[in-house]
Amino acid sequence: MTDLIEADGLRRTYTGGFEAVNGLSFTVPQGEIFALLGTNGAGKTSTVELLEGLAPPSGGAVRVLGRDPYRERAAVRPRIGIMLQEGGFPADLTVAETVRMWAGCTTGARPTGEALELVGLTARQGVRVSQLSGGERRRLDLALALLGRPEVLFLDEPTTGLDAEGRRDTWELVRALRDGGTTVLLTTHHLEEAEALADRLAIMHQGRIVTLGTPAEVTASRPARIRFALPETVPPARLPRGLRAAADGRQVEIRTHELQDTLGALLAWAREADVRLEGLDARSASLEEAFLDIARAQRHETVVV
Amino acid sequence: MAANTTARLGALGRAELTLLVRNRTALFVALLMPLSLVLVIRSSLDQVDLGAAGMSVIEAALTGGIGMVLLMVVHTNLVSAYVARREGLVLKRLRTGEPSDREILTGIALPSLALALAQCALLVTGGAALLDVRAPQRPVLLAAGVLLGLVLMTALAAATSAVTRSVDSAQLTTLPMFLVSAMGSGLFAPLQVFPERIASLCELLPLTGVMTLVRAGWLGGGDTKELLGAALTALAWTVISVFAVQRWFRWEPRR
Repeated sequence: MTDLIEADGLRRTYTGGFEAVNGLSFTVPQGEIFALLGTNGAGKTSTVELLEGLAPPSGGAVRVLGRDPYRERAAVRPRIGIMLQEGGFPADLTVAETVRMWAGCTTGARPTGEALELVGLTARQGVRVSQLSGGERRRLDLALALLGRPEVLFLDEPTTGLDAEGRRDTWELVRALRDGGTTVLLTTHHLEEAEALADRLAIMHQGRIVTLGTPAEVTASRPARIRFALPETVPPARLPRGLRAAADGRQVEIRTHELQDTLGALLAWAREADVRLEGLDARSASLEEAFLDIARAQRHETVVV
Repeated sequence: MAANTTARLGALGRAELTLLVRNRTALFVALLMPLSLVLVIRSSLDQVDLGAAGMSVIEAALTGGIGMVLLMVVHTNLVSAYVARREGLVLKRLRTGEPSDREILTGIALPSLALALAQCALLVTGGAALLDVRAPQRPVLLAAGVLLGLVLMTALAAATSAVTRSVDSAQLTTLPMFLVSAMGSGLFAPLQVFPERIASLCELLPLTGVMTLVRAGWLGGGDTKELLGAALTALAWTVISVFAVQRWFRWEPRR
C-alpha cells in the first residue's frame, strides 16, 4: 500500500536551541489511523505542524501525498484536512457563518448542513462561536477539517474537552472515515483513545519515538501484572521464590510475561498453604502501563517492536 | 484558479464584513470619524492663507478628508483587525486551509477597502453636488492616487501589526503614522503653505505622494515632474511595506 505520510529523520529546533523534534522517522500507509502518543511536551504538536506544512523542518524530510507539504502547500492543502490543537475562529461569527467562510476557501466543500450533521452541531448553527462550550468548539473544528473530504486528515488532540459521549461519537466518525479510505494521523495523551482508535501508534518521549507498532505489539512486549495483599500472619518471604514477587508491607506485586502459568502457580500455593489473597487482581499489560514505563524510564534509544 | 481566488477572497471578505458590523467601536470609527475630521480640518484651515495652494478652504478640507479615510478606515482599522485575528489564532487556522498568505491578508482587508472607497466617492460626489467644489479635473489620476493609497495603507497596516502585541496596543502603534501623516503629508494644510525646506522633507513621507496625486487629480495642477516624483514616493513606500510584511509579519501570537 502507498505511504501517504512519510517522515524521515525529522528535526525541529526552536530559536534558543530547544530540540522539540529529534530525528523522527515513520510512515503511514493509506487508510490507516496512526496515533502519536506522548506526555505534554513530548513533541507531538511540533511534529504534526511539520507534517501539516505549517513550518519547515530544521532537518530531515516530510512527504504528504508524495509532496513537500511546506514548499508545495498549494498542491497539498486541497487534499488534506487539519484540526489544530486550538481552533482559531472569530468569536463573533456564528457556527454556520464560520462553516460558510471555510467552505468558500475549500475545493469541493461539503454543504454546510452535511458538515454540521457529521459532528452533531446542527442544532447549534445559529450560535456565536463565543457561546460554544469547549467540546462544541472541538467539534466545529473537526467539521471544518472534514469539509473538503480530505484524503489525509491531521487531528491534534481531537477529543480534548469532549465528554465521554462526545468522545465516542468522534471515534465512531474517525473510524467511519478510515473505513472510507481516509488516512488519519492523530495525537493524543488519552491512552484509551489510542488503544481504541489507532491501527498503529508511536509513543513519543522528548522529541523521539520510543516505541512504534500496533497497540497489541506495543503492549505484548510489556509484562502482565498480579497484585494482592497477604494476611498479616503470612510474611511475603513465604511466597515461592519462582514467582519473583515484590512486596511492600503486605502488598505484593508480581510482573510476568507468562500470566497464566504464574497465576496458576500462585493460586496452587495459596490453596496448599491455605492463604487468602485479598484484593487479588491480575491483568495483561495495557497501553497505559507501557506508556508509564516509558515515561518513567526516560529511555533514549528507539525500540521498534 | 482565478475563480478559486475570487471565491476565497469573497468568503474571507464576507466573514470580515460580518465581524466589522458586529464590532461597534470599529464600525463607529470607520463610519463617522473620517467625515467628522473633515469638519475639523475645515475649521483649522480658517487660520491658513491658501492663496499659494490655489484651492479653497473646502477643497483643501475635502481632499484632506480622503487622506483621513485612508488613514482611519484602512490603516488604523486594519492594524486592529490583523492583530485581533492573529491573537485569536484565526490567521494560524486560515493558514491550514487553501488560501495563500496574500489571499488571507487581502480578504481580511476587503471590507475596509470597500468602505474607504465608498467614503472617498461620497466626498467627491458630495463635494461637487452640495459644496460647490470642482468636479475631478483628472479622474484617472484621482482614482490612481486613491488606489495606490489603499494598497499602501493595507501593506503598512500589515507591517505595523507585526510590532503590535495586542488590539489595545494598536491604538498606540497606529498613532505615529496618524500624526506624521496628518501633520506632514498635507492633510490639514497643503504642503504649499509650508516653508520650502520643511515641505521638501515632508514630500518623502509615506502618504505625501498619494495626497499629491489625489489633489492634482481632483483639483488639477501639478507638473509632470512633481506628479512622477509623488507616484515614485508612494510606490517606493509600498514596496518597502510589502517587503516588511514578507519579512516580519507574524501569523501567530508570541509564545
